[in-house]
Order: sequence, then C-alpha cells, then structure tokens
Amino acid sequence: MRFKGRVWKFGSDVDTDAIIPARYLNTSDPEELAKHCMEDADLSFAESVKQGDIIFAGKNFGCGSSREHAPIAIKAAGISCVVAKSFARIFYRNSFNMALPIMECPEAVDVAEAGDEVEIDLDRGEIINHTKQKTFSCQPIPPFMQELVQSGGLMGYVTKKIISSP
Amino acid sequence: MGMTITERILAAHAGEREVEAGQIVNVRVDIALGNDITAPIAINEFKKAGALKVFDREKIVLISDHFTPNKDIKSANQAKLLRDFTKEQNLTYYYEVGEMGIEHVLLPEKGIVLPGDLVIGADSHTCTYGALGAFSTGVGSTDFAAAMISGEAWLRVPETIKFVYTGKLNKWVSGKDLILYTIGDIGVDGALYKAMEFTGDVIENLPMAGRFTMANMAIEAGGKNGIIVPDKTTEEYVANRAKREYKFYSSDKDARYCDVREYNVSRIEPQVAFPHLPENVKGVSEIGNIPIDQVVIGSCTNGRLEDMRTAARILKGRKAAPYTRLIIIPATQWVYRQSMKEGLFDIFLDANAAISTPTCGPCLGGHMGVLAKGERAVATTNRNFVGRMGDPESEVYLANPAIAAASAVLGRIGSPEELQNPGEIDEI
Repeated sequence: MRFKGRVWKFGSDVDTDAIIPARYLNTSDPEELAKHCMEDADLSFAESVKQGDIIFAGKNFGCGSSREHAPIAIKAAGISCVVAKSFARIFYRNSFNMALPIMECPEAVDVAEAGDEVEIDLDRGEIINHTKQKTFSCQPIPPFMQELVQSGGLMGYVTKKIISSP
Repeated sequence: MGMTITERILAAHAGEREVEAGQIVNVRVDIALGNDITAPIAINEFKKAGALKVFDREKIVLISDHFTPNKDIKSANQAKLLRDFTKEQNLTYYYEVGEMGIEHVLLPEKGIVLPGDLVIGADSHTCTYGALGAFSTGVGSTDFAAAMISGEAWLRVPETIKFVYTGKLNKWVSGKDLILYTIGDIGVDGALYKAMEFTGDVIENLPMAGRFTMANMAIEAGGKNGIIVPDKTTEEYVANRAKREYKFYSSDKDARYCDVREYNVSRIEPQVAFPHLPENVKGVSEIGNIPIDQVVIGSCTNGRLEDMRTAARILKGRKAAPYTRLIIIPATQWVYRQSMKEGLFDIFLDANAAISTPTCGPCLGGHMGVLAKGERAVATTNRNFVGRMGDPESEVYLANPAIAAASAVLGRIGSPEELQNPGEIDEI
C-alpha cells in the first residue's frame, strides 16, 4: 500500500478526547464524527483536511479512552495514514482491527512540518518526505498484525478462522 | 523461569504451560463487556459479520452507564440498541436504569468478575478489575464484537513493571494519591503496553476500594493492565459475591520484571493532577490559590461507598462555598442506598450538594455537570484532558474525595487540614 499526502503535525499525548470529544459520542456515524475530528486540538482541521492527508504526531498518540470513534473519525475525515513517535495501546490495536494504517517512526516525525508533501510505502516501511528530500525507514509491522491487515481487519480474521475450523 | 501473575493468568487462558513477554497469544475470555458508547459499534459489527448468537450468554455484559438516564434522543437510541440486543440474545446480566451502576464498580459488586478471570471490555477503565487479581484490559468495539462471536481475544503478553509501596500512609492519603503520584513519576506513557503490578505492605493493608482506584488508573500511565495479587482482603470481598468458581494466582519469586520502582509513601501527601494530563501532579501543599466553580465526587475511580464516607466526614456540618457546585454521584444503586442508610445523604444535602443517580455523566463531559468556558472543577475522576468535562477552555483538577470535599467547602483547591476546626472532622 502506498499513500501520498500533505502533513498535519501534532504534538505528544494527543488524547482521544482531542481526536473526538465525548460530547459527540451519542452517535457512531462516521460522517458525523468526521465533522468534529481533532476539534479540541485544531479547530480548522475538520474543515481544511483533504482526502489522503497524513497525520504526524509525537509520542503516545491516541491515549485515553478505548473509543473506536477516534480511528473512525480520522479515517472518515480522509486521513490515509497516521505516523507517530509512539501510539497508546488501545488506539494502536483499534487501528489494526479496523484497518487504519499507522506507523511508528520518531525520526520522520521530528523532521516533518505542517504542509510537507510526503509519500508512504507501507509494505516497505518507508516514509519519503519530498519537501525535505529525506527518506526514513520505520519499524516493520509485526507478522501477526500483517495477517490481521491482510484479512481486512479483525472481523475478517475471526470470520475466516471460524469458517476454516472443523 | 518464574512467571508474574499477569503471565500466569494469560498462560492459563491460552492453554499454555508458560508464556513470556512479547509473545502473542489467543486467550479464552471469561467476561467481555461494552457500554452505551462502545457497544453500538460492536453490535453493528456482530450483525455485519452475519453472526446469530453470542458465544455464551452468561459471559457478555452490556452496561448503559455513560449517557444514562438518556441525556438526549441520540443517546436514548444507543441505550435502546443495547437493551434490544440483550433481549434478542437473552443475555444473563442486564441492569436497567434503577438497578444499574457504573460498569467498573457494578461488575465486581455483583460478583460478575472474579479473581483469576480474563476480562476484556470496550472501555479503557476495564483495567479496574485487576484489583481482584484478574487480568483485565480495555479494548475497542471491534475486539468486543469478535469476542462476542468467538469467546476469544488476541493479546500480546506484556512486560511487567513492579511497583513496591512501603511505609506509613499520611493523613488523607489514599489509593488515588498513590496512583496519581506513580503516574506523576513515570508519566502518561510510562507503562505503555506494560502490566503494572502493585505490591508492598501498603497495598497489603489497602482496602478493596483503594485497590480498585489504583488498578482503574493504570491506563492513565499507558498500562495494559494494573494488577494486585489477591489475598485475605480480596477473599473477604468476593466470598459472598461469587456465584461461580474463582482462582487466586500469584507471582513467582523468580518472576521477571522489566523494572521495579519503590516508593516510601511516608513522603507522599495528597496529590492533585493539574490540567491537562494526569501526570501533572503536585502535592496539595504546593498548590496556592486556585478558585473553583465545581466539584464532582464519583466515577469508576472514586464513586464507592468508602469514597462517599470520606466525603461525608469532611462535609459534615459544613457547606459548599458560595457559587461552588458540589455534585455527588454514588457509582451504583447499592452505594446509593447504603449512603442513604448511613445518613450520608443528609450530610450531603445539608452541605448543598446535588446527589445524582449513578452515571459516568460529567467525567467525560456527557451530562449532569458539564463545564462552561473558563470554568474550573476539582473531580475525583480519572482524566483531565482538554475539554474532558465540557468546554475546551474549561479545566479539570484530579484529586481524592477528601481533597475534593474540602475544596468544595473552601471554594478553592485545598486540604481538609485548612478547614476551620479540622478537629471536628468526625469518624462516620
């Protein structure tokens, strides 16, 4: 999988209340959630984000609640991939389970600035920052996670397993 | 090689003799739960996958506690989805408004989660049950949907950090202060992906309420689970509640820990976490003058009977300061009734407190105490992120029930020791 897009840059410890505030959690409609994505971190985000844009953030991205509304909102807002120095555990898990591509790459985050043009090759674990003319190689995705992604997320994986079991 | 309690429980549920940190295992789930925010997505995924029946109707629990009693039409529809699914699947456990409570206080109280269990919950504070000596962790809605179908979950065996608490607790210092202090020490990602095992003589002497509070906030340090090896205190708590068998696991003497942190608690005073991260802690004596608009006493962190009693000790014969809203939310119907029977409600009402039916409500800015722009609250809850309790320009300070109650009287953040005639704080 390859993505090309524009960088949105955020700091460390972006929590799930910042990604999608609880005041909007009386629905799980992706379009509705996307309208308020990142609202408490950057009010302009939901209006200005373009299809294919990429989020770059510091450490512990997605900390806090287990709400899957967070990766749902990000995906529905048009974000193709999230790159961070590290991810909070449940957000990391949720992203794989629902097939939102994410990558851990501290070096690429340090260099990236808002508006940079970047390209991501998920299979090779490579991030190319065209604006800064730099290429980064990232942590490979663990084999089990790759299997999840290849099955189309956790539900695909579980369904496949149940069908193939005697 | 020895194993930690976390590894032992994971091994037993994976059908393995041994597991080690880093390994990915498929585990059998004893209880899987979801709430009115997370379960609607899970139910939808369940149906989309073409599933007809949950794997075991006694092991799936749906609790509508976040936005209930329904705060608006959309929330009402979400709660209805849970109710309809419960009826359709004939789930064993269901608690309607009037018998419900905040999930992480209610499930242990009803004996639904027990020592040695493996629990996953579509709510990040599912880690609370580690206080019983269970492996318990928060997951997303899709994980919950998959577990409803298969009765299983995939987990990476976490490394464990051992926390050792020794010494004598200072006055007004509780489980809340120990965990806030710990988060302040290691940071909000200090235990990322890891198990937090709480040990030491202080933990051995800590009542269940304080243990639940500590395990509850493991997630606030990024932890996968918080856990306490069960003992006599645990046995006393579960003996009359359990309706099925349970098992006490413990850590081997030669178990492997990735880090050991020791704290002499005699150096710890009541802690207050400043906006906007739970790691921003200060001792209550270092705070200065911070006026407040609201106090919330309740939540899955500090809404238990012991918390109500602590608040009442301080509020007895006193009143909330002018223009300071004091909102008290017993976490379950049992806590509510017991507080009433013990006369705590009279004390609260005399203090001009509003007493609410059980709900997560204001903790996540849902209802029953949302903050306006520029307002400040002291809360016994677990998160103080930007906009957590309302307007993005409001502020939440996290503290224990004693500090919260004293702050309500003072109209600023402060300690019971600052109240006039502190000697008059009674044992209740």
